[in-house]
Amino acid sequence: MAIVFEKTKGLSNVETHYCPGCTHGIIHRLVAEVLEEMDVLPKAIGVSPVGCSVLAFKYFNIDFQEATHGRAPAVATGIKRVHPDKVVFTYQGDGDLASIGTAEIVHAAHRSENITTIFVNNAIYGMTGGQMAPTTLPGQKSTTSPLGRDPKHAGMPLKISEMFATIPGTAYVERVSVHDPVSIRNAKKAIRKAFEYQVAGKGFAMVEVLSTCPTNWGLSPVDSLTWLKDNMIPYYPLGNYKTLEEVK
Amino acid sequence: MAKVTFNEDLCKGCELCSTACPVSIIKMDKTKINAKGYHPAAVEDMAKCLGCANCAMICPDVVITVER
Ligand SMILES: Cc1ncc(C[n+]2csc(CCOP(=O)(O)OP(=O)(O)O)c2C)c(N)n1
Ligand code: SF4
Ligand code: SF4
Repeated sequence: MAIVFEKTKGLSNVETHYCPGCTHGIIHRLVAEVLEEMDVLPKAIGVSPVGCSVLAFKYFNIDFQEATHGRAPAVATGIKRVHPDKVVFTYQGDGDLASIGTAEIVHAAHRSENITTIFVNNAIYGMTGGQMAPTTLPGQKSTTSPLGRDPKHAGMPLKISEMFATIPGTAYVERVSVHDPVSIRNAKKAIRKAFEYQVAGKGFAMVEVLSTCPTNWGLSPVDSLTWLKDNMIPYYPLGNYKTLEEVK
Repeated sequence: MAKVTFNEDLCKGCELCSTACPVSIIKMDKTKINAKGYHPAAVEDMAKCLGCANCAMICPDVVITVER
């Protein structure tokens, strides 16, 4: 028998602090597998956010820099401009990217910084205990919307991929999910493309990954996958939102 | 012939692997408690394993190795 699946060298041996069934772990693995398969582990530099993935630097077997809340794109801009030969990416949650850090990510995309962003949309602030995020769905309960998000005063959830597709500087924007093995395989392909755009020097590339937060959604890990599929995907349709030109 | 191996003490008992298995052979082993305090995932009848690696694909904690 031959090994058909084993842990990628892109991940360290540190056990993650993530809650059982939290899909941050799957997304970490996909990024690490892509970097290994592209043979760029020695020259990859990640920038971790503030949020549950604040400790991502411990879990990857590559260089990493921790940024302040929302500022990962600014830090990644500096790293990439000083080290244009490195493969630089940010890994950010929806509170980090779509709330406190909106200015940084919009302008990094607008300047078409040659970096890759992995945007993890779990429709909530996980780390701080389940507050409403800009991406929380209408009617979704959180600690700051105990009766469910009311769009009348909280607005409708921000559709980041759709918005970024309109920014002239973006080269590649795709929304994927990790709720079942098929969607996970597709997510990996999109992440690979986003890194290939960077290596080809095409400019800013982003993959939005729909993710679960069983703990703050108040659901079991298995029910969370179903909730994501039934509630998040209809509002956040999967697919490619921008492809500047095909990169081989 | 196929085989899955669990790095048992890393398992968080989330059950995602058992829902992803097309032949439903993964169950949480209620007779065991691992170092983290969870009932770890285990395969009941390895002869039925397809080696599809769906379980490994969905495991957030990279607990599973698959051979075929
Ligand atoms: C300047 C600043 N403001 C607020 C916080 C508190 N804070 C920490 S994480 C977080 C949001 C995390 O949510 P998200 O980015 O969606 O990531 P998740 O934890 O869900 O993965 C907030 C508001 C902080 N650490 N720093
Ligand atoms: S709080 Fe939510 S996002 Fe954070 S580790 Fe737990 S399940 Fe994952
Ligand atoms: S998916 Fe991984 S962590 Fe979850 S029960 Fe299965 S082996 Fe354990």
